[in-house]
Amino acid sequence: MARKISIKQAINEAIDQEMTRDPSVIMMGEDIVGGSGSFGEMDAWGGVLGVTKGLYAKHGSRLLDTPLSESAYVGAAVGAAACGMRPIAELMFIDFMGVCFDQIFNQAAKFRYMFGGKAQTPVVIRAMVGAGFRAAAQHSQMLTPLFTHIPGLKVVCPSSAYDAKGLLIQSIRDNDPVIFCEHKNLYAMEGEVPETSYTIPLGEANVVREGKDVSIVTYGLMVHRSLEAAATLAKEGIEVEVVDLRTLSPLDLDTVLDSVTKTGRLVCVDEASPRCNIATDISALVSMHAFSALKAGIEMISPPHCPVPFSPTLEDLYIPGSDRIADAVRKTLQKGKK
Amino acid sequence: MPSNPFPLSKERLLEVYRTMRTIREFEERLHVDFSRGDIPGFVHLYAGEEATGTGILCHLGDGDRIASTHRGHGHCIAKGVDVGAMMKEIYGKKGGACNGKGGSMHIADLSKGMMGANGILGAGAPLACGAALAAKYRNKGEIAITFVGDGASNQGTFLESLNLAGVWNLPVIFVVENNGYAESTSRDYAVSVDSFVDRAAGFGLPGITVDGTDFFAVYEAAGEIIRRAREGGGPSLLECKTVRFFGHFEGDAQTYRPEGEIENARANIDCLKKFAAQVTSQGVISAAELEAIDKSVLALIEDSVVKAKAAPLPTEADLTTDVYVSY
Ligand SMILES: Cc1ncc(C[n+]2csc(CCOP(=O)(O)OP(=O)(O)O)c2C)c(N)n1
Ligand SMILES: [Mg+2]
Repeated sequence: MARKISIKQAINEAIDQEMTRDPSVIMMGEDIVGGSGSFGEMDAWGGVLGVTKGLYAKHGSRLLDTPLSESAYVGAAVGAAACGMRPIAELMFIDFMGVCFDQIFNQAAKFRYMFGGKAQTPVVIRAMVGAGFRAAAQHSQMLTPLFTHIPGLKVVCPSSAYDAKGLLIQSIRDNDPVIFCEHKNLYAMEGEVPETSYTIPLGEANVVREGKDVSIVTYGLMVHRSLEAAATLAKEGIEVEVVDLRTLSPLDLDTVLDSVTKTGRLVCVDEASPRCNIATDISALVSMHAFSALKAGIEMISPPHCPVPFSPTLEDLYIPGSDRIADAVRKTLQKGKK
Repeated sequence: MPSNPFPLSKERLLEVYRTMRTIREFEERLHVDFSRGDIPGFVHLYAGEEATGTGILCHLGDGDRIASTHRGHGHCIAKGVDVGAMMKEIYGKKGGACNGKGGSMHIADLSKGMMGANGILGAGAPLACGAALAAKYRNKGEIAITFVGDGASNQGTFLESLNLAGVWNLPVIFVVENNGYAESTSRDYAVSVDSFVDRAAGFGLPGITVDGTDFFAVYEAAGEIIRRAREGGGPSLLECKTVRFFGHFEGDAQTYRPEGEIENARANIDCLKKFAAQVTSQGVISAAELEAIDKSVLALIEDSVVKAKAAPLPTEADLTTDVYVSY
């Protein structure tokens, strides 16, 4: 049996192994080392939640602490990627994307196409996503749909330690810009992870629970809320299939369609704001490609259309819980064709 | 009765001491309550930096606007935001300054000219330019001030704002609160020039550096550039060299700081101790008068915590209100 490590450790290990394997891999970000220029401990932080702690001791100057200038260093990572390096830029909270979005969506995402296929930009932008940290409106967003909207970007959001390691190694090796979304409330979650290096292809969903009655399609933290709902529903005799998309772009629509063709019922669960999100996208695609397989209208579960509130009471109401998901599953079973 | 050599009346001196002491005790109390697990989220404390915010903001009225940072509690208090409403906000309660929706990093009170603490570094500078532009159109001599840390001063938004303010000759002051660190990274590592005054000069703005732990140094420098801005003389940059008594945020182990740094700062460059020594040694204010303020501040903070804990929680009905003015 493989050893168990946390998602946080899996990410650290993926970066470590790729830096060891490939000298063109470098990493930059605010306090990813920590203590730069001060008189105390170097590598004092290893990132704001300690994800990259210890890498500096092994890889030294290939890890760069940056000034608080996201536009400059994320853009520099993009530029270096276009010139033969494989940079990983760490953005801390994905909300800070607002500061450097141009470098990502007008620059990194478009080089390949705009330059007639001549450029490649193998950059990975790592950032924390998601609510539940009591971190309020500017440190809690799930901005995945902003990135799936943009051709040229790949978007990854793992839900387990095994996936986090394999998907990050693949993202580093991938020749396109990848937005790698790490859910801050999953960092501590442990799972079995091989010590050796391995990859998981981008664009392959994972059926994390099989069932014949209803399909739930989701990703990230919501995979776990959906699995909780599935466990509750199993006691009622309802067999739910849970599809973890893992990568949102490219999208593994085949796995989604196969599942819906089998069950005939679909609940899309997304932690992103409800308008034009991953849930609405999957719903539309399934309606278009598998309408005849559907026995009932599709259900969508997302937070309300509001910023993430600070107050823990409100934030807990904001984040979709397993009860809401289970109710949506029951609803799809009550309506439509039998 | 000894004569008063200070640029403020005795009454005003007592007022600014009360403000600084209120900030200090507010932060010391949050530090304790956070470590007890009473307070959720990210909390960045301003203790050690009181003379900076107070020495500048005591020149302002409610019509003057400020745009603050993630380390905003001190700016709020010095701008007159109600301490009880702040405490309730930090506890995520109804009746908080933002009804529990914002928390520590987003306390705002527009009626006091406080345009919000901010979770995005550098975001305050363009907003303050906008506030200054609005003031310019209103033409009542109002100004705007933005605070920025030594770290956040490296943001494009901040540097672009210096230029914009110069181009439009805006009544805006850029205050760099240089506490030596941005999270765990030192100022000397992250800032490419030796002096922020040089940066200002690069944009054609006058700049000045002061000891941010000396209330009177801050007060005088700020007074001069604020007067100039009110009179149409345009923007300036004020660098205040100061010190952070606590970690970057609560929970920071601070191993990047050399041993003894904080103890040393608390012993030798505590702005409140300095202020007390200055005013009492001149015989303008007695130690007993300061102690009376200390006591009443402690009572105020205690009261604010008791009321924050007792305040009602927001409910589901509050979740989707105030997303828009109308929709
Ligand atoms: C755009 C953006 N980038 C990064 C952060 C994370 N962050 C919050 S505070 C901070 C350090 C700020 O240092 P400084 O500006 O010197 O202010 P201080 O904390 O010392 O008061 C960082 C990196 C953020 N909130 N916003
Ligand atoms: Mg600082």
